[in-house]
Amino acid sequence: MDKILRIDVGADGGPKATTDPVGDYAGLGGRALTSAIVSKEVPMACHPLGEENKLVIAPGLLSGSIAAMSGRISVGAKSPLTGGIKEANSGGQPSQVLARLGYAAIVLQGKPKDDSLYKVFINKNGVEITKDNSLKMLGNYDVVEKMKEEYGQKIACISIGQAGEMKLAASSVAFTDMELRPSRHAGRGGLGAVMGSKGIKVIVLDDAGMAMRQPKDVERFKEANKRWIAGLQGHGVTGQALPAYGTNVLTNIINEAGAYPTYNFKEGRFAGAAKISGEVLAEMETKRGGLATHGCHSGCVIRCSGIYNDKDGHFLSKQPEYETVWAHGGDCGIDDLDTIAMLDFLDDNYGLDTIEMGVTIGVAMEAGLLKFGDGKGAINLIKEVGQGTPLGRIIGSGAVVTGKVFGIERVPVVKGQAMPAYDPRAVHGIGVTYATSPMGADHTAGYAIASNILGVGEKVDPLKPEGQVDLSRALQIATAFIDSSGMCVFVAFALLDQPETNQALIDLVNAFYGWNWTADDTVEFGKRVLKMERDFNVGAGFTKEHDRLPLFMKTQQLSPHNLTFQVKDEELDGVFNW
Amino acid sequence: MQVTIKLFATLRQGRFDVDTLNLPPKTKVTDVIQQIGVPHKEVTLIFINGRHSDFSSELHEGDILALFPPVGGG
Repeated sequence: MDKILRIDVGADGGPKATTDPVGDYAGLGGRALTSAIVSKEVPMACHPLGEENKLVIAPGLLSGSIAAMSGRISVGAKSPLTGGIKEANSGGQPSQVLARLGYAAIVLQGKPKDDSLYKVFINKNGVEITKDNSLKMLGNYDVVEKMKEEYGQKIACISIGQAGEMKLAASSVAFTDMELRPSRHAGRGGLGAVMGSKGIKVIVLDDAGMAMRQPKDVERFKEANKRWIAGLQGHGVTGQALPAYGTNVLTNIINEAGAYPTYNFKEGRFAGAAKISGEVLAEMETKRGGLATHGCHSGCVIRCSGIYNDKDGHFLSKQPEYETVWAHGGDCGIDDLDTIAMLDFLDDNYGLDTIEMGVTIGVAMEAGLLKFGDGKGAINLIKEVGQGTPLGRIIGSGAVVTGKVFGIERVPVVKGQAMPAYDPRAVHGIGVTYATSPMGADHTAGYAIASNILGVGEKVDPLKPEGQVDLSRALQIATAFIDSSGMCVFVAFALLDQPETNQALIDLVNAFYGWNWTADDTVEFGKRVLKMERDFNVGAGFTKEHDRLPLFMKTQQLSPHNLTFQVKDEELDGVFNW
Repeated sequence: MQVTIKLFATLRQGRFDVDTLNLPPKTKVTDVIQQIGVPHKEVTLIFINGRHSDFSSELHEGDILALFPPVGGG
């Protein structure tokens, strides 16, 4: 990973690839690298779909090595959804493959001369860029099928669906899993639209003939990896709960805690939650011949994913994640897993963020466009997005646009991005993260649910404002490092409870790069990443008034705890005063 | 007094999802767990009426007690 591939999509005669040494960006990976390139090279005031924006795709620091869990990839740009800097993170195979091909990042830059679509093929011999208008308006699954026919089965793909081509603000960038399904997504912030604006439909990676990335100190690295795996497998969440039930094990507990946003954030509990819970999902998957446990990338030892078959035993989608089950489920009053799995598949195929789509449909339901609980209506709406009808384009532009078009006050967003599956009025720590993260409302940016609800790490009462700012600050800093390492954010459950596992991660990084980092150095690294991102947002026009939850969360109580969000504005302004 | 007990994830295996028990006044969470045969070390999270509680919390008429093993996601 000592070079950066730059593709100038506006070059004479079509997109042109050049390869640069990493230079000043050495020692960065994943989110740190995408945010560094975006903050240094993209004018903060630029239009997200214009010539000056760049789409950066970067494997993590440890991706492509034998380190367990190291297959996460970061995608960065100025976001068409938030108008600020964006890093969206995904699993799937491309991170490992791109890292083994030696690239620290791919940067798509410039503005296409016409509306042709291109595919990019990268292998050990170099980069080949070909015009291919037969890919126009294909879904991600069809695109990958065509790539398999053309390049064989031993590839990994990064692609956009129809939503990205239409440059919709809720569009995602898709990454294939180990079985070449485009089911893992850098979902948030509309980055598929940035890829679409560059006229690149798919990037195909083939690492045949390339070796695993080698650490500087092989023995020390192997030894640290053993401790790392043992720590992950020995923790109750990463070793037992996530493999057995997947992320959707959260439905019951968040509902029980009264923090499950229901009917467009009107109530904190959903009567149909048990029917769509992780326990029911896992049982159904097993019964129908799917899988309740499945890894999204090679080297994953948590294996929180699964395969969801329809009632006839045919593949319908990958196991819908908790956020998806909630967004298309409880938030829309839908309590049918087959409907939710179909929506998950459609989102993946069109290339849409499931959180933004679920929340947007919830807003549309509140507006009376369709009734809460109308699963068929929700499926039809997502199909309209894929077809690009005028209504579909409104929905595909996200919750803010839809709320404006239909005159709705209760639109649960921060910095224009829809809130995930935890209501801040009953989990105050996550409210601080939603409000202040440079990414907009993003649960993964500082997952306070761990301490507020799940009893992992330091315990902080979710129903009170005290201690939440300190909690969110510490988690946002730690997460900025994890997102740069290439590690899946779920490792944090073990890191928060087990100092020896945290040390194993630091030892892995040190052994790989020949560094001598301490835990304090990882904290300083995380702060540097956050500062770059915050500074970009200031230049893009954000003020402290953007670090706020929507007003209704201060004025409308949430049942069953009947609370409003109580962390004061002045306290939110102190999150980044370290 | 009547108390509703809910079990989740692995705690359900070989037991029940939800049940209502008739308990003497001042029964504590730890007593209920013993009565239904769940080993203490398997219980990580205890909620009474949606609020975090612990093994020594006392139960009252109409309470809903929810018990979880380690869970996580996101």
